[in-house]
Amino acid sequence: MNERRAFLKGAIVFFPAGGILSALAREAAGAESAGGPPGPAPAGQPNGKKAYNPADHLYGMGIEIDKCIGCNRCAVACKAENDVPDVPFYFRTWVERYTIARDAEVLVENISLGSRKETAQDVREVLRTFFVPKLCNHCANPPCVQVCPVKATFTTADGAVIVDDKRCIGCRYCIQACPYGARYLHPKTKTADKCTFCYHRVVKGLQPACVEVCPTQARVFGDLKSKASRLVRFTRMNKIHVLKPQLNTEPKVYYAQLDGEVR
Amino acid sequence: MKVPEQVRRLALLIAILAGVTLLARFVLIPRALVSTDLHWAEAVQREVAKPVKFAGAVACQDCHEDVVVKKAKGFHKGVTCETCHGPAAKHTEEPGAVTPPAPRDRRFCPACHTYDPSRPTGFPQINPTAHNPLKPCISCHNAHDPVPPRVPRECAACHAQIERTKAVSSHALIACTTCHKAPERHKSAPRAALPSKPETREFCGTCHSAGTAAKDAPKEAPKVDLSTHGGRSLCWECHYPHLPEGRT
Repeated sequence: MNERRAFLKGAIVFFPAGGILSALAREAAGAESAGGPPGPAPAGQPNGKKAYNPADHLYGMGIEIDKCIGCNRCAVACKAENDVPDVPFYFRTWVERYTIARDAEVLVENISLGSRKETAQDVREVLRTFFVPKLCNHCANPPCVQVCPVKATFTTADGAVIVDDKRCIGCRYCIQACPYGARYLHPKTKTADKCTFCYHRVVKGLQPACVEVCPTQARVFGDLKSKASRLVRFTRMNKIHVLKPQLNTEPKVYYAQLDGEVR
Repeated sequence: MKVPEQVRRLALLIAILAGVTLLARFVLIPRALVSTDLHWAEAVQREVAKPVKFAGAVACQDCHEDVVVKKAKGFHKGVTCETCHGPAAKHTEEPGAVTPPAPRDRRFCPACHTYDPSRPTGFPQINPTAHNPLKPCISCHNAHDPVPPRVPRECAACHAQIERTKAVSSHALIACTTCHKAPERHKSAPRAALPSKPETREFCGTCHSAGTAAKDAPKEAPKVDLSTHGGRSLCWECHYPHLPEGRT
């Protein structure tokens, strides 16, 4: 009986005391090393330029369907820039070919897969055919962010939806939730991966890799908060449509001359 | 009312345990481990720190001014260097150590210039099987200023889509110049001098009208009465002249 009492007393005294001591030690160490207040430090430009403030920007992309020649340079450049596995079916951006036949049948092929089967269709049976580049729509109201059980995916202040690969548990829920099929599970890290609008490039004032290499300027990138950016001009001069507007995801990838059959 | 001794002790124990839990949650566990915004800020920093591989459109002109000036006037002015030469950020840092590849292979240019019905009309397209087989593209075309080595003889050199469509139609034997008058300059400056297009119903009527206007036309050409057929519509508002719908 006495032994038990002594044990409990000892425990009661021992644990909090140890905890408080270690906490004090931590506090002291933290005060020395960290210094600044916690929070997102702005991605600074070292050489005298004004520091990058994410809150001043809101990025989006414009895609002009009539200019896309389906050369697939964007998908290749994206893989090179972002270390996307160089195997078919892992894409951050890709190009689809739509073929709408006279009998209203719609054929969709992902031409970025490489295995380009020559669709020997009679030209008379084709009503219209065109290419549609696709990527993450960086929705203002993203379903993938809503479903993430560990808050590993989020929207940055400048409007890009990105994945925290250290927090992602690879449950694939977001891949299921994305209505645009823009996410994949990275085979090496086993975490969800997706287009970031080449975030590391745009904060340095560069264009995303896909926009950079597009030979016909079918892709336009810009800042929606700026009064005069290429994207604002694009959305002003074209009739704009987004993919699956009925889902209320409010995409920030704007298509000009988009066909109604495009899903 | 007297609180029993056991209850007091139990209350004290619970209070201490609760205190320890709160202490552990808010003091002992570092904020970076539980706070979502710190995690996100860290993820953003990691994202920002990723290496840039494409140097960007303006990076090349400092050293390669001759090529940039040449390209700026040609049809490839909208094509950045890295579209063909690949990511070159490393080359801008160490020009001697890393050289971007120059695609001299015949397989490269067709990525954009193979005939494909899905490509927009007017985009220059060729059939790689038929177009000077086995010859590298650069033996005739300079990729930095791609003009045809000689003025194209046939319209199909640029208007492949129309050519291929027309080839399977009942208008297959009609030359482009029957309906379009192309100024000679159209071949060297395509957009500055545009070819003509038919403007009236009577133009189609020279073959397709039922009256005397089409007496020299081939008998197989379907005839319609221009005064009643189609109301006030122009012929090409319903029929596509490069692939008329009449024959199945």
